[in-house]
Amino acid sequence: MNRQRVRLLWFIATLLGSLFLMLIPLPSPLTPLKPYWPALVLLYWCLQSGDRVTLGLAFCIGVGADLFDGVLLGEQALRLTAMVFIALRFRSRLRFFPMWQQSLAVLAFLLNDRVLLLLVRVLGGDALPPAEYWISPFVGAAIWPFLFLILDDLRARLRIHEA
Amino acid sequence: MALNRDDSSPLFAGSVAGTLKLIVYLALACILMVLDHRGGWLANVRYGLSLVVEPVYRIAGLPSQGFHAATVAFADRQRLTESNQRLREDLLLANAKLNRMASVAEQNTRLKELLDTQHSLNLNVQLARLIGVDLGTFRHRIVLNVGARDQVKPGQVVIDARGVMGQVVDVMPTTSVAMLITDPNHAIPVTIERTGLRTIAYGSRAGDMLVLPNIPVSSDVREGDKLVTSGLGGRFPPGFPVGEIRDVAQTPSGTFLSAQARPAADLDRSEDVLLLHDLAEPAGPPPPAPVAGPPADMAMPAAPPAATLPSVTSPTATPVPARASTATTTRPAVNP
Repeated sequence: MNRQRVRLLWFIATLLGSLFLMLIPLPSPLTPLKPYWPALVLLYWCLQSGDRVTLGLAFCIGVGADLFDGVLLGEQALRLTAMVFIALRFRSRLRFFPMWQQSLAVLAFLLNDRVLLLLVRVLGGDALPPAEYWISPFVGAAIWPFLFLILDDLRARLRIHEA
Repeated sequence: MALNRDDSSPLFAGSVAGTLKLIVYLALACILMVLDHRGGWLANVRYGLSLVVEPVYRIAGLPSQGFHAATVAFADRQRLTESNQRLREDLLLANAKLNRMASVAEQNTRLKELLDTQHSLNLNVQLARLIGVDLGTFRHRIVLNVGARDQVKPGQVVIDARGVMGQVVDVMPTTSVAMLITDPNHAIPVTIERTGLRTIAYGSRAGDMLVLPNIPVSSDVREGDKLVTSGLGGRFPPGFPVGEIRDVAQTPSGTFLSAQARPAADLDRSEDVLLLHDLAEPAGPPPPAPVAGPPADMAMPAAPPAATLPSVTSPTATPVPARASTATTTRPAVNP
């Protein structure tokens, strides 16, 4: 019972932390390198405990991120829902990939996400983004192994793994 | 470790229910986006939810604030002395310029009185600080620490010491969001200072430059020309520096010249900014004067106590509420 609650708290804390990380600014030359944190953390939870991450949760996180971002309500909800759907589909296979293959898969997810974002923005009447727009998925894929290991290690330390 | 315990994610086949759910959520997101894009009611929702959003902004702004404090704390003495010296020199120079300006300004007001116009050179400004929050890459927006409670309104112009930065687009109770002039969706009417040519400077999609895509081919535009706001359009008051032209070239069609300009303001370095309070002269007749204070019949009983209590009427900032409160408190006493 207690362990269950700690597990749930940790789950929520990581998701809220990812939203915070999204808002924290980097120095201006590094800004295009910023990975899409909510997506990475959601992907981690998709792989680790897929029964807890649902499309509805992804949608809610996305709407929350949109509220903080204040640009277009529903944009990140759409992107995160699509990504979580694909990740849940391939979850059983992704979980047993070696780390470098998982990173490649994450890169594909994030690139797909950027394409979706591009579609939404162009349909909304924005200009095409510059070339640096495409850097962020690669950074995200590069830090994926570290993020995965750190989150996994923390989870083990908190003794809140499942079963 | 349980292998594939849950039935919800079988190894290969996907369930129809999952796809259906996906479609429902995607449709919901699309409806949200279309409603928001058409109606723009996100501002209302955000204003309602600002109780949640604003503390998050403040907390998310803490790291950059802490970083700034740390750089000041650990900056060596030499650098601080240098910057102090430089600031002193700047202040001296600015004061000297101001002294010279004072006589010119006085002359200007006299001449303008002669001409019977009411433009004034006085600036009515409000100091604001940036909150270091990232609202998405390539978004060209900044968050300020003043909001509706500080009488900030959408459309107010944001400037720093060097020039125009942008305008307020979104106001919450104690914070507001401003769009920078480099945003691709932003346009600002400008004049080229040297020749008086009027044109429009747009934000560019490639970051920190301004684009002036439609300058007539025959016009005289050179590298190094200064751009100032023209005051047309009634949003930006005239005469504020906007940028400096860096590059002029013909458009591919050959019908216009297109110029690139670098913004005068320090868009990514400014910490403190100024919000202009008086907007540009609106085109058309002035709005009717607002009726201030309580109605005449309600104000009558309050007149004697107000006269006996001169200290109540002394604050110039909010005389109306003070008088109104005395009216409401004294009226029950007078009536019976």
